[in-house]
Amino acid sequence: MAHRMAIESDLVRADVVEASEFPHLVVKYNVFGVPKTVVNEEVEFEGALPEPLFLAQVMKATAK
Amino acid sequence: MVLLSEDVRKKLQKEFEDLSGKVKLMVFTQEFECAHCRENTSLAQEVVSLSDKLDLEVYNFTLDKEAVERYGVDKIPAIVVEGEKDYGVRFYGVPAGYEFTTLLAAIKAVSAGESGLAPQTRETLAGLKDPLHLQVFVTPT
Repeated sequence: MAHRMAIESDLVRADVVEASEFPHLVVKYNVFGVPKTVVNEEVEFEGALPEPLFLAQVMKATAK
Repeated sequence: MVLLSEDVRKKLQKEFEDLSGKVKLMVFTQEFECAHCRENTSLAQEVVSLSDKLDLEVYNFTLDKEAVERYGVDKIPAIVVEGEKDYGVRFYGVPAGYEFTTLLAAIKAVSAGESGLAPQTRETLAGLKDPLHLQVFVTPT
């Protein structure tokens, strides 16, 4: 879903990060469950959400 | 090192027949202090060997500073999935297990240059004014 958004918009870039290979990021972003999504270091949410809910969470970062 | 079984290779070859545009997997790696770099490069090599629409470029994270900077790669192993342009699609860590499916989906979507998102999602994203950086943490199983 994140990658699809990156393809759709030139303003979006999306990284899929293998948690076990980057333990320092797991600590930095408090990753306890996966998938966990972090948007602009500001918004974070857990779970594989359906598209409208995923979008709603992502757009929270634009309101900040 | 062969990571994909003959059976999987055959299935992928068939799936890749539908690819429209060319896709480049740009792998960022280094020879030392990177536990999964070799596996990541091998996997990318095997994937691109299955279609003439797919190409591989390997960059050294330590030496190829220009590419590292241009693609904003800040850790390794990394794969940039580039199509007609750089859409901002990145994998950090080996996309194995369940994430292999995500890699295939990314290759197909980048090849088509089509997000496949719902009209409403597209409309919302079209209204973006500032950059968004999404980091999705996953595990292979």
